Amino acid sequence: MSLLDIRNLSVRFGDANAVPVVDGLDLSVDKGEVLAIVGESGSGKSVTMLALMGLIDPPGVVSADSLQFDGTDMLRLKGRQRRRIVGKDLAMIFQDPMTALNPSYTVGFQIEEVLRQHLGLKGKAARRRALQLLERVEIPAAESRLDAYPHQLSGGMSQRVAIAMAIAAEPKLLIADEPTTALDVTIQAQIMELLLDLQREQDMGLVLITHDLAVVAETAQRVCVMYAGQAVEVGVVPGLFEAPAHPYTEALLKAIPEHSLGARRLATLPGIVPGRFDRPHGCLLAPRCPYAQSNCQAQRPTLEPQVRGAVRCFYPLNQEVT
Amino acid sequence: MLSFIARRLGLLIPTFFGVTLLTFALIRMIPGDPVEVMMGERRVDPIMHAEAMERLGLNKPLYAQYLDYIGQLARGDLGESLRTRESVWSEFLTLFPATVELALAALLFAGSLGLIAGVVAALKRGSLFDHGVMGISLAGYSMPIFWWGLLLIMFFSVGLGWTPVSGRIDLLYDIEPVTGFMLIDSLLSGEEGAFLDALRHLILPAIVLGTIPLAVIARMTRSAMLEVLREDYVRTARAKGLSPARVVFVHGLRNALIPVLTVFGLQVGALLAGAVLTETIFSWPGIGKWLIESIGARDYPVVQNGILLIACLVILVNFVVDILYGLANPRIRHQK
Repeated sequence: MSLLDIRNLSVRFGDANAVPVVDGLDLSVDKGEVLAIVGESGSGKSVTMLALMGLIDPPGVVSADSLQFDGTDMLRLKGRQRRRIVGKDLAMIFQDPMTALNPSYTVGFQIEEVLRQHLGLKGKAARRRALQLLERVEIPAAESRLDAYPHQLSGGMSQRVAIAMAIAAEPKLLIADEPTTALDVTIQAQIMELLLDLQREQDMGLVLITHDLAVVAETAQRVCVMYAGQAVEVGVVPGLFEAPAHPYTEALLKAIPEHSLGARRLATLPGIVPGRFDRPHGCLLAPRCPYAQSNCQAQRPTLEPQVRGAVRCFYPLNQEVT
Repeated sequence: MLSFIARRLGLLIPTFFGVTLLTFALIRMIPGDPVEVMMGERRVDPIMHAEAMERLGLNKPLYAQYLDYIGQLARGDLGESLRTRESVWSEFLTLFPATVELALAALLFAGSLGLIAGVVAALKRGSLFDHGVMGISLAGYSMPIFWWGLLLIMFFSVGLGWTPVSGRIDLLYDIEPVTGFMLIDSLLSGEEGAFLDALRHLILPAIVLGTIPLAVIARMTRSAMLEVLREDYVRTARAKGLSPARVVFVHGLRNALIPVLTVFGLQVGALLAGAVLTETIFSWPGIGKWLIESIGARDYPVVQNGILLIACLVILVNFVVDILYGLANPRIRHQK
């Protein structure tokens, strides 16, 4: 059984007529698997994971057939029961490390807080463990950093601290929401390497939300491509990269600058993600899709299983390869 | 932290001189002089007037008077009241505890209620409670203190007879001033009912004096909380699986307190200004009432040095708030 199994997840902000930010999403992650979620800004990647964590506040409404995590339906859990899992077995790190840490407390305090909450560690034992964690995330002079405040750390350091906090209770699934977007390029690679090391070492599931397809190609086993709140293609690496089935996936891959070497202009997908007032009746990509046919405008395709994965398109590409 | 304190202390010197200059100039801008007031409304004999002015050193040019004044201050001499011949310092010391007691009670009232109301309003934003708190605090903030005080006296003291109209304690009790704080002294006296009586005297003035700070603190707490609760680190705290109470108070309120603390410090100045009115309305024998009477009598030394002492107090409180601010906000503390 998969570690995480999301069935028909929808998130709306407002009443039932509001346009869903996440629309009927199915997603699964196996134990020890690295799943990447890619897609443009606003495609619902982060909201999906925030919904799983129970961090969507009113007027946001989360509905799903099930949000199975490690045998428990997170959707049915209330308050205290949910908080026993969140932060312990299910942990998350965020995009901007400089604002993700509380400026008023030391690094040590913020890590020890998790240890106390979920493992019942106190005093010296908690401090010792916090130190080990800082060393594990390769922070130099870890001992002295325990008493440092977030503003005394660089972005990369802060993200390491955030990672230490997230792995403090040895989670089964770690969600990393664009963990390197706010960092320098040189630091990005180090942080990714650290995350993957930890993932292998602890055999955790890792959900990696990212824009960086190169990172996906190197690290993920499976990819979920999201567009306007829907999963448009789910596939394995490298299959999805070699033969994308969905026109949107193909467009994303073409948009990688290296693929436009020699060309005068970078390849782009014209248009923007549909908003709440211009949501197409049929396929959500139809207005931007170079392959769109007449029935694409009228009907909405469903996510159909393929040989290795699934695609939401009436006319999937590269079918001869698979 | 030490250099932080040293820099703050350095700023005190120009402020101090500014205050001396202002009080010195302002009291002399008011028409009339102390001799006229002392000798009464009737026609004053010009020769006697001139003699008295000379005796008091008030016939010298203004700059010389100011230099005399500064020289006097430098010797640590605050002069004596022209009316009572008592030293300004000892009068101040006698009356000051009454004002402190009133101000502390007002701050306690405003701070505790304001923080709670502000936090709850922020957590229940848009609710009836939130709108209620914001409406009432706007009304409280706009309330003229003297009118509000009279209104409460009319209602609670005159109408319902729940609280006394004026003073610190009933004349029945003869309380030995040990600490100068009536609540403590009445307890020490061992007289039955004295403490409760002192408390009943304190409640209305404290509410009146605390109304504006209460409104300011409630509004500030609410907006600071709303801002803080949107911060990424609050989301991080929730993602750790911490209880809602811990998220709100440990991670939220701690950061929201930083701007609230500043406002709190500023309110101390406003509180002493408000004390002048409140003490006058309730015949509260503190420094506010003392200053009002001294201004009426053109008692230059009392007004100058009384205001100077109050100014020093405000400076001191703001200094303490600055230090607390540094303690509350690690980003300030570590500034080089």
